[in-house]
Amino acid sequence: MSSSTAVADLPAPSSGSSVNYLNATYGIKSWLLTTDHKRIALLYLTSITFMFLVGGVAATLIRIHLIEPQGALFEPETYNKMFTIHGVVMVFFFLIPSIPAVLGNFLVPMMIGARDVAFPRLNLLSWYLYITGSLLILYTIMAGGLDTGWTFYEPYSSAYSHTHVVAAIFGIFINGFSSILTGVNFIVTIHKMRAPGMTWFRMPLFLWSLYATSVIFILGTPVVAITLFLVALERIFRVGIFDPALGGDPILFQHLFWFYSHPAVYIMILPGMGVISELITCFSKKKIFGYEFVAFSSMAIAVISFLVWGHHMFVSGQSVYAGLIFSVLSFAVAIPSAVKVFNWTATLYRGSISYAAPMLYALGFIGLFTMGGLTGLFLASLAEDVHVNNTYFVVAHFHYIMVGGAVMAYLGGIHYWWPKITGRLYPDGWARLAAAVIFIGFNLTFFPQFVMGYLGMPRRYAVYPSEFQVLNVMSSAGASILAVGYVIPLIYLIWSMRYGPVSGPNPWGATGLEWQTTSPPPTENFEEIPVVTEEPYNYPGIEVPTRG
Amino acid sequence: MAAPSPGTHTRPADVSHQFETKEQQREAGTLGMWLFLATEILFFGGLFCGFIVYRSLHGRAFELGSRLLEVRFGAINTAVLICSSLTMVLAIYSAQTGKSKGRIITFLALTMLLGLTFLGVKLYFEWYHDYLEHIVPGFGFLNRPEWGSLSPEVEMFMVFYFFLTGLHALHMVVGIGILSVLSVMAARGRFGPRYFAPLDISGLYWHFVDIIWIYLFPLLYLLGGRYSLRGH
Repeated sequence: MSSSTAVADLPAPSSGSSVNYLNATYGIKSWLLTTDHKRIALLYLTSITFMFLVGGVAATLIRIHLIEPQGALFEPETYNKMFTIHGVVMVFFFLIPSIPAVLGNFLVPMMIGARDVAFPRLNLLSWYLYITGSLLILYTIMAGGLDTGWTFYEPYSSAYSHTHVVAAIFGIFINGFSSILTGVNFIVTIHKMRAPGMTWFRMPLFLWSLYATSVIFILGTPVVAITLFLVALERIFRVGIFDPALGGDPILFQHLFWFYSHPAVYIMILPGMGVISELITCFSKKKIFGYEFVAFSSMAIAVISFLVWGHHMFVSGQSVYAGLIFSVLSFAVAIPSAVKVFNWTATLYRGSISYAAPMLYALGFIGLFTMGGLTGLFLASLAEDVHVNNTYFVVAHFHYIMVGGAVMAYLGGIHYWWPKITGRLYPDGWARLAAAVIFIGFNLTFFPQFVMGYLGMPRRYAVYPSEFQVLNVMSSAGASILAVGYVIPLIYLIWSMRYGPVSGPNPWGATGLEWQTTSPPPTENFEEIPVVTEEPYNYPGIEVPTRG
Repeated sequence: MAAPSPGTHTRPADVSHQFETKEQQREAGTLGMWLFLATEILFFGGLFCGFIVYRSLHGRAFELGSRLLEVRFGAINTAVLICSSLTMVLAIYSAQTGKSKGRIITFLALTMLLGLTFLGVKLYFEWYHDYLEHIVPGFGFLNRPEWGSLSPEVEMFMVFYFFLTGLHALHMVVGIGILSVLSVMAARGRFGPRYFAPLDISGLYWHFVDIIWIYLFPLLYLLGGRYSLRGH
């Protein structure tokens, strides 16, 4: 243990105690070897933002390319690499770790009234695994890319692709262990580290959603890890596992791949739902409607998510009966998802609603997630799916869930807890503007894709018939607006770290243990372990909020 | 008004700063290991699933593949591993009941010895001989005339055999590493009736690795056909 002397000559960033987790120790080693869950969250925040930019650049290039029917920028092979990089980076290195590893790491111990997660060193290890995986992916990109799509479908990925499949697979494999360790840490922490009086049903709903997410991390991730490992083995040694020319079964690969990768969709959206429950209650100053239903719907989604993978394979040649069952089960996921949407709406009803920036993201989430969810029902019905399968309709659907849902929730959460993380406020006007720009840009990007998909434009093609050009240009124009919307917060959030007004411990008047300690919190979170005596979201009736 | 530093709480010295009590720390460690084992089960489970699907698709070829394995070595290793589980339990029991540290170390050493025996048999009598017989996929695998057109599927059986047993052996190596750390801790007199959590938690891991083998042995060596599918 190095010395932990506090340096006192820096301006105190918070109103409370001057020694906090940010200035308790200094130097690069105090960050790279930290076991403080809050510092690890910031390590993740930085690295995940970088990966988001990498994936975002690929997305931008794709949209520029598609302005012209013949393709404006790339050869078809390069185009394949672009959408693969976009998919692999965004799914495995941004969306999956985003809310759990950044907000979850920061908040889980604080929300239950603990000093740290159960296994702090394991927590640091999981960040290093994430970094190792990311470096392998960046190597893959630098060395010439990857063209398999993020799904690595066999036998293309083993027998035919001439790109750096093995390096990319090991990147994802190693990154998978980062997810697993985070999942183990969260479950143990939530089970064993709760403060006195913090019963299961007094926990913030964000924790229920992270608990459900962690279950998927633990049970799903190892399967995709071993499956991709088999693809790498097949490629390295030229032995038959999934390649039909060598006796293998490519459909088996798809089953094993989607056994994880469908639940992974809920890894991306469940934590977002948890964030939204926090935002909606805080900015309507109301207790959540139907706490138990919202909590158990998270668990229900986690359980059902493991039973629906076959809806990715309706046209793959799996049996019709399997297709029928998977179709019915996929419809079932809509029930707990709808429970959440209705409960959020009921929470808003007669609430004292204020439209601060995080709330704008939350309201945007509800609308966009609902659209993404309802179009998911189109895809869950067998006959309809045959029509729109592998078209832009699918692309639009899952971007409504992942960008309209998960990314909006992530940004909403960052804006909500930013004063707690940094002790500073950001300019609210700019933040609201950015939320509006993102909402408009997002819809302009992806709504036309529903239309083009329904009209039959296939995904993953570098060229398209000229009748789709108007819709594609609209989509690309929307993407440029969306890009501006993402850059604005990057600027004012960085600005606010130094120049933003001091926030005080609880700028939103929110409930929850994390708001009862100083901002930024001390290294051990609380001066002494709190004792919980009341229900969550215990807002004192309807009143005019002191700060909008 | 500084943040409370570790040690200002009324915690025993060997309880980490994030925990309140020793009991809480032990329970967290145990639950963490069980969750890790759940991950491991799914890790092997994906492979088992693939193996079973292909065994039902290519029954005859997998029967031929299974005949390439030496049942007696698999059986000896099964016995060796079951004994190692016993010695592991005895090491934990010795700590719990306050026996001498020499006794704990003896049982840990025996467990390691049995683990190394398993690996030795696997490495020399099985894998090395497989290599000499050219039945290691990717390392000079040669098709045999009696397999006929089934050669790719026989090779696939061997791929699963080597990947499954290789992954299992890797877990054994990790387990022996853990046991050597435990032995050092035991030699320093760390374990006794009041503190045996690391032994207990590592024991869970060791038994898990054993149980994986208990499934691998019949799946690879026995169910392949010599007995159950003969005359099929």
